[in-house]
Amino acid sequence: MNAITRLATVISLASLFPFSALAADAKGTVEVVHWWTSGGEAKAVKVLENLVEKDGYEWKDSAVAGGGGAAAMTVLKTRAVSGNPPSAAQIKGPDLQEWGALGLLTNLDEVSSQNNWDKLLSKTVSDTMKYDGHYVAVPVNIHRVNWLWINPEVFKKAGIDKAPTTLEEFYAAGDKLRAAGFIPLAHGGQPWQDSTVFENLVLSIMGADGYKKAFIDLDEKTLTGEKMVEVFTALKKVGGYMDENRAGRDWNIAAAEVINGKAGMQIMGDWAKSEWTAADKVAGKDYQCVPFPGTQGSYTYNIDSLAMFKLSAKNNTPGNIAAQNDVAKIALEPEFQYVFNQNKGSIPVRNDLDMSKFDACGQASAKDFAEADKNAKLEPSMAHNMATSLAVQGAIFDVVTNFMSDKNADPAKAGKQMSSAIKAAR
Amino acid sequence: MSNQLGKPALSLSRVAIYATLLLAAAVYLIPLVVMLLTSFKSPEDIRTGNLLSWPQVIDGIGWIKAWDTVGGYFWNSVKITVPAVLISTFIGAMNGYVLSMWRFRGSQLFFGLLLFGCFLPFQTVLLPASFTVGKLGLANTTTGLVLVHVVYGLAFTTLFFRNYYVSIPDALVKAARLDGAGFFTIFGRILLPMSVPIIMVCLIWQFTQIWNDFLFGVVFASGDAQPITVALNNLVNTSTGAKEYNVDMAAAMIAGLPTLLVYIFAGKYFLRGLTSGAVKG
Amino acid sequence: MSSVAVMRKTSPFDALQRWLPKLVLAPSMLIVLVGFYGYIIWTFILSFTNSSFMPSYKWVGLQQYIRLLDNDRWWVASKNLAVFGGMFIGISLVLGVFLAVLLDQRIRKEGFIRTIYLYPMALSMIVTGTAWKWLLNPGLGLDKMMRDWGWEGFRLDWLVDQDRVVYCLVIAAVWQASGFVMAMFLAGLRGVDQSIIRAAQVDGASLPTIYLRIVLPSLRPVFFSAFMILAHIAIKSFDLVAAMTAGGPGYSSDLPAMFMYSFTFSRGQMGIGSASAMMMLGAILAILVPYLYSELRGKRHE
Repeated sequence: MNAITRLATVISLASLFPFSALAADAKGTVEVVHWWTSGGEAKAVKVLENLVEKDGYEWKDSAVAGGGGAAAMTVLKTRAVSGNPPSAAQIKGPDLQEWGALGLLTNLDEVSSQNNWDKLLSKTVSDTMKYDGHYVAVPVNIHRVNWLWINPEVFKKAGIDKAPTTLEEFYAAGDKLRAAGFIPLAHGGQPWQDSTVFENLVLSIMGADGYKKAFIDLDEKTLTGEKMVEVFTALKKVGGYMDENRAGRDWNIAAAEVINGKAGMQIMGDWAKSEWTAADKVAGKDYQCVPFPGTQGSYTYNIDSLAMFKLSAKNNTPGNIAAQNDVAKIALEPEFQYVFNQNKGSIPVRNDLDMSKFDACGQASAKDFAEADKNAKLEPSMAHNMATSLAVQGAIFDVVTNFMSDKNADPAKAGKQMSSAIKAAR
Repeated sequence: MSNQLGKPALSLSRVAIYATLLLAAAVYLIPLVVMLLTSFKSPEDIRTGNLLSWPQVIDGIGWIKAWDTVGGYFWNSVKITVPAVLISTFIGAMNGYVLSMWRFRGSQLFFGLLLFGCFLPFQTVLLPASFTVGKLGLANTTTGLVLVHVVYGLAFTTLFFRNYYVSIPDALVKAARLDGAGFFTIFGRILLPMSVPIIMVCLIWQFTQIWNDFLFGVVFASGDAQPITVALNNLVNTSTGAKEYNVDMAAAMIAGLPTLLVYIFAGKYFLRGLTSGAVKG
Repeated sequence: MSSVAVMRKTSPFDALQRWLPKLVLAPSMLIVLVGFYGYIIWTFILSFTNSSFMPSYKWVGLQQYIRLLDNDRWWVASKNLAVFGGMFIGISLVLGVFLAVLLDQRIRKEGFIRTIYLYPMALSMIVTGTAWKWLLNPGLGLDKMMRDWGWEGFRLDWLVDQDRVVYCLVIAAVWQASGFVMAMFLAGLRGVDQSIIRAAQVDGASLPTIYLRIVLPSLRPVFFSAFMILAHIAIKSFDLVAAMTAGGPGYSSDLPAMFMYSFTFSRGQMGIGSASAMMMLGAILAILVPYLYSELRGKRHE
């Protein structure tokens, strides 16, 4: 289609708009606000859209990119304030509780009991999805955050024979990579990326209990203690393995550096896999994923979910409610869970799916999840807004990202700064 | 005052002046040139060449991809900008007319209050405004955005017209009033014909402001009704695999083109308007 | 106008005439009172509440302001605004005046050159930010180009340097706005009374002296207008920071508008966000009130 005909189509479509809106009312429409806009993610959402449309409902896509969902949240809040919320929105973790407390979310008891959600989901997952004992959101995936991504080719060139399993080995590998002329650790200097590294170091140095005390209980002694000084000292050392020009760089640009063999490793959640897949690389062969050194056995999770809103009076028609329920139902069905999670790099939230269709990293992730679930070593990721309120998370981000960009920052003081910033934010 | 300086001779100082002016022009042009060059390069070319290197092959794929993603929203921007500019300019003209020619008790105070609006950080009013727009049932429509732009554009349009009309002698209007001419007659017969320069300034200013708006666009019209700036941001801030700078730059050019053309072709009216009074305190 | 009205007999037509101006202004007055001041008061009230995620009306007194003043990031943002605003306004004014004076010397192709200086003003801050982020990109942008051209030691890494990143914002903003300042001054120069200059020339004053002593001082109103427009841009430079640095590295290039947005909308601390908005408003008032006062008084004497 050339530009002129496309223009003509756009104009004629625009003039038809009122009619199509009328027609949609009869069928039931579901509007979804989300920020799954990058390649693999957009493809994954398209699957949900197609399935919903196959059931005869209209899908209205409101994608808002930017700032890791910050722009989308702004849109969501102003729309909620104006009494015109969408049918569904990408909201996660503790935020669900806040939206629930405002009485804005609808409950999904009917869909969840009909489809046995309580059985299909791990208790950790289902608890996160409930407000006041009722399901208010449907989970779509489980990401693991404590991964280290390695380019074995680069490792070989630098003379490193195995993936690091302790921080000491990690430093040793970094030194060798640097000596061989590579960027040891690819990284983008954005607050959430800095904090991803930080939380991995906390888990590695302070262990699962220390992690819980620091980020869930926000225990002051833990936040200002000796161990925390150790974490910040390590953070400084790890920062030394990153390149100088990292400020503001997107995570997938950093991932590309590892893929292209310019850098040796990256600390990132498993969405990084979509970049490797897009570059036609095979897990276990062209690249390696290992738990971040010192965090073996633990699993920091980041779960995306779609929260369902109470519809405004204007939109509250049986058709629209049916459409909303349909989204909730489809989101958990195997067909969607397979395709969506293969595209996103995550694992399905249902525990009854055959993982053989997934690659080596996906299978390892599912196995580790089940194990960590049994041993109570599932940790909510602080950097991805699963552990704390946004206010507390923001306070931690400020301290961490400032620490990492300031060459003269003092590890001994950072813990105290963080503790007082958290106190001010609560 | 330039006419009074005698005939320019080709002296050393004149060479220096030209050199400085041309150097400055080059500096101002560089970002645009870089954007254009980058938009026509292939991704490999961008990585291997430098900012000002000529594209190895002129590659239109960036523009095609960019138009595919943001093209549809271009028309949203048109649908928002045109009515909003016309309405806010019209209201501004009427306000300016009253505030300069028909002052009454409190009109100065009102003007002061309005002037302050020029400096209002819009974030302050975002939540209440969205509440209002939602109550009016205009959330996520281009109509809602038109309304918001008219309201928050009023301060500047009124300022333009008021300052322009203030410099017109009162006597003209007083005489017309004595002749029995009414409020609208005076405006239509006397002031409007004199207002072409300031109307141009106002139209150009408002067009630029509204076309380029991002904050209102993202908050009041996400999804189908979003303007092109929001679509551009969605594109630039989302990277799929290798970052396609050529697509980013082409999309930025598409978003910037209408205002750019307005400045290039109507810029002299803008300047003429400024000369004829808009800049007088 | 009252004197005019008194002279005529009051008929329904006249009464309408007398009310028309007020009627015409009424919708705008309503809009301004509600849409500007009503909403400001709403924000003002929120700044005294514990509003977090969504507005709430539980009164907490000055607590949000105390928390704001305790916040290190707020001080960084305020200091940045002072540095950014000061440098941006200062450099834009100097550059604008300088270019306007040069362009005023009967330059051939003036219109063409003028358009080149002016065009950045047409672009959205998002576009400007995107372009300059690309130009100043260490390792890819100007940095690389200069080294490719043989200047081996060239290093331009301000965008990732905590102490210098704010200058990057200044460069981009000056690039965008200085042409506009030039246009305003050029317009002003064209309006200067020729006879004064002729007299000075007769007295034997040199060209630079004439500009410095006579011409530029007479353009005081233009200075004011330019200052106001630049201040307006500086305070609202939200889009530029968002597109160019997103406040980084760390939060070293944060500005109050950015701070307010992030606390109100992304962090669910609406109380502090509102308090910071009121602080911004206070700062603007401190600059604006003296100006408005002189403006309105001055006009009354005309």
